[in-house]
Amino acid sequence: MSRQYVIRKLLIMIPSLLGISVVLFSLLALAPGDPFDELATNPAVPPEVRAALRAKFGLDDPVWMRYWHWLTALMQGDWGFSFVSRMDVSTLIMQRLPVTLVVIGASQILAIAVAIPVGVLAATRPYSLFDQIANTFAFIGFSLPTFFTGLVLILVFSIQLDWLPFVYRADISATGWQFYWEHIKQSIMPVMVLGLFQGAALVRFVRSSVLDVIRLDYVTTARSKGIGERKVITRHVVRNALIPVVTLVALQMPIVFSGAVVTEQIFRVPGIGSLLITSMLSNDTPVVMGVTFVSACLVVIFNLIADILYGWLDPRIAYR
Amino acid sequence: MKERDLRGLIGKVKAGKLSRRGFVQAMMAVGIGAPAASQILLSSGVAMAQSPSTYKPTKRGGGGPLKLLWWQGPTLLNPHFAVGTKDQDGSRLFYEPLAAWDPDGNLKPKLAAEIPTKENGGLSADGLTVTWKLKQGVTWHDGKPFTADDVVFNWEYAKDPATAAYTIASYQDVMVAKVDQYTVTVKFKKPTPFWADAFVGTRGMLIPKHLFADYIGAKSRDAPTNLKPVGTGPYMFKDFKPGDLVTGVMNPNYHQANKPYFDTVELKGGGDAVSAARAVLQTGEFDFAWNLQVEDEILSRLEKGGKGNVSVTPGGSIEFLLMNTTDPWTEVDGERASLKTKHPTLSDPEVRKAMALLVDNKSIQDHIYGRTGPATRNFLYGPARFESKNNPIEFNVDKANDILEKAGWKKGADGIRAKDGKKLKFVYQTSINQPRQKTQAIIKQAAQKAGIDIELKSVTASVFFSSDVANPDTYTKFYCDLEMYTTTMGQPDPGTHMLQFVSWEAATKENKWQGRNITRWQSPEADKLYRETEAELDPVKRVASFIKLNDLAIQNQVVIGIVQRPGVAARTVKLNCTISGWDNNTWDLSDWFKDA
Repeated sequence: MSRQYVIRKLLIMIPSLLGISVVLFSLLALAPGDPFDELATNPAVPPEVRAALRAKFGLDDPVWMRYWHWLTALMQGDWGFSFVSRMDVSTLIMQRLPVTLVVIGASQILAIAVAIPVGVLAATRPYSLFDQIANTFAFIGFSLPTFFTGLVLILVFSIQLDWLPFVYRADISATGWQFYWEHIKQSIMPVMVLGLFQGAALVRFVRSSVLDVIRLDYVTTARSKGIGERKVITRHVVRNALIPVVTLVALQMPIVFSGAVVTEQIFRVPGIGSLLITSMLSNDTPVVMGVTFVSACLVVIFNLIADILYGWLDPRIAYR
Repeated sequence: MKERDLRGLIGKVKAGKLSRRGFVQAMMAVGIGAPAASQILLSSGVAMAQSPSTYKPTKRGGGGPLKLLWWQGPTLLNPHFAVGTKDQDGSRLFYEPLAAWDPDGNLKPKLAAEIPTKENGGLSADGLTVTWKLKQGVTWHDGKPFTADDVVFNWEYAKDPATAAYTIASYQDVMVAKVDQYTVTVKFKKPTPFWADAFVGTRGMLIPKHLFADYIGAKSRDAPTNLKPVGTGPYMFKDFKPGDLVTGVMNPNYHQANKPYFDTVELKGGGDAVSAARAVLQTGEFDFAWNLQVEDEILSRLEKGGKGNVSVTPGGSIEFLLMNTTDPWTEVDGERASLKTKHPTLSDPEVRKAMALLVDNKSIQDHIYGRTGPATRNFLYGPARFESKNNPIEFNVDKANDILEKAGWKKGADGIRAKDGKKLKFVYQTSINQPRQKTQAIIKQAAQKAGIDIELKSVTASVFFSSDVANPDTYTKFYCDLEMYTTTMGQPDPGTHMLQFVSWEAATKENKWQGRNITRWQSPEADKLYRETEAELDPVKRVASFIKLNDLAIQNQVVIGIVQRPGVAARTVKLNCTISGWDNNTWDLSDWFKDA
């Protein structure tokens, strides 16, 4: 893989990101709704206030001009200013980022930690009892929406058993071990819900990928050389089977940033997802634009990383 | 009871011939509640008995954390920019007004030393001047003293159009001046009966001059204190994450002795109303949850756990049915429902009478709203002194049939009544919301029995309540025959609320449908009554005029009251708090405490 290839890919990113930003911006501009709508229906606020605010935040300018302002500000590292909260969009995003990374990141790790061993084991003994059970659970896992499993967990662990809190609080006042324990306690349910949901889909993927590889001739050769079964699986099968899995996981990484709207809402996790949904509901376009654009950038970047990883893991794939 | 009788009684109390208690009992006998009665006495110059404080703790602090759950968290903490109750409630943890509205719609002093009255010289006889005496020895959270300069500054800040404060309407038409370090006057251009607007209640919270003076006008958005409030309130700011969390710690120098009780306060946002109710009523994770728009059946089930209970606070919000007076189906000068038209069938008073008989308020309360929606026919029902007793609820399909038959509306082959080729067919719109669709069904069913065909229409709330001039489905355009929604009454004075019935407020193309009179009813009599209330300085006469205006609208079936929409909150069993329907939920946070 050549350096030229990476540079070319990076250059292509620029027009595609510009294109994405134009589409996002015009969609938001075309969408009905106005951040100061609430003022219009409030008899106590005279219409002049609304007009003054619109002028102040530049909402009366034509769309292309607003886009230009946004783009030039972004070049200088300014993500915009929230209409609703009256603070910088970057501050709002940074406030939510740590929680999102911890909760969604942990659920991704859980998904991988569950999916890989289960998927590999299921594939090495296809149609065995274990495979059947794993398959059944995987199907149940990704058929049940997170809002359902979330509510079931709340009913069982918070309300019936009273073991876990169901309102996530980012500011635990305890210190030392207590602090970590409280955080773990409140994260268990959201992480389980998200991790198992994603893990279920991943199990199916790992299983089929391992099944593809396990039938190949070189695996038979390895076995006939007398290498132990465990070694065959870990050294020869899994290593090759995981190449597509790695790409899949890399492509899922932007999700870690953009959060999980539904799950965050159920457990009141103050992550990026809940920021996005509340901003959408209040027509706070700069925040919506900020969050969606960051996600778009991450998708593009992780696509590139996946491409590069692929070539590195499997030298048979050549880039020109 | 007529106004004259009332005056006779008040005179007796003043002369000492009748005790306060005797007066209150006499009023109860005619259906006026105790709070309303004492308000009448107060406004007539008989001093009010201070309601005994129920605050028990004998020292400041020691109460541990107070955990509040708002399912929509505050997004900003400058009270002059707080648009919704969530932002006002959040700001109220740190900021206070001069006076606040208690549950009965009476004023309770906060930063004022006393409530201005005629007797203490606070209110001038001509209704043009209010003199506020400020409490002395109050300090901002940063230690600076609170003085008259701060009060005057808030007026300058809010009235400046460049600041774009949402509170501007309360401040732009008054003149505020400093008399001395602890006295300010508010002057009006014309006699103003409802004087308690600027510096009072939800829009009266005061911000410190020394931190905002440099950020008046166009620079208002850059003030660092916008996000880090420094107020006079019972709790001091600690941290704020918009939409998620507001936290505060006890103010050790709070201006009321032994208050507040809690060491810290946190207001958590996000999620939905049902799970918020759960977190208080069922698991007890939180102490208080706000605005629970949840079916009463679910609330009652959650309450059974015994950890918390639901508190229902009467206010002025009313779910009501509007009948269009103009013709929504004909376009005149490029405008549907123009003032130049008359509704083809609803303009017949007999049809209106019949419609009113077909609204089954009782069933709507019993089967849909429960405790969260007591039935009423009035449009104006709160505070209690404004409630008319002249509009009993009557649901009677036979009588409706009778009236229509007599008026010449005959049933056709399809069972729908018609007269002169015009059929009684109505389109009835409201926003998408389960209780509303159920209510629509109940009314449609009854109407069908009377030979009136109703087509139901439901519009997404974000469209129905928007101000989008281009959209035909907004509630202010009212391009159909009947519609239903809830209107709120932010203050215990019905001045704005009753604009619904004055001719000059009709929502038309000319005012971009911003007028408050949605039915576009034109009545010289109603206009005259409203004008009277604007100039009437005698509170008793003013109450009487508002009641008459309400009766006029209800008895002409311009609108039909369906249910009251009180505030619904959940709190843990041990928490003692007073919630007012006329002010923010957190209006009296300094007095909240828990039983040991």
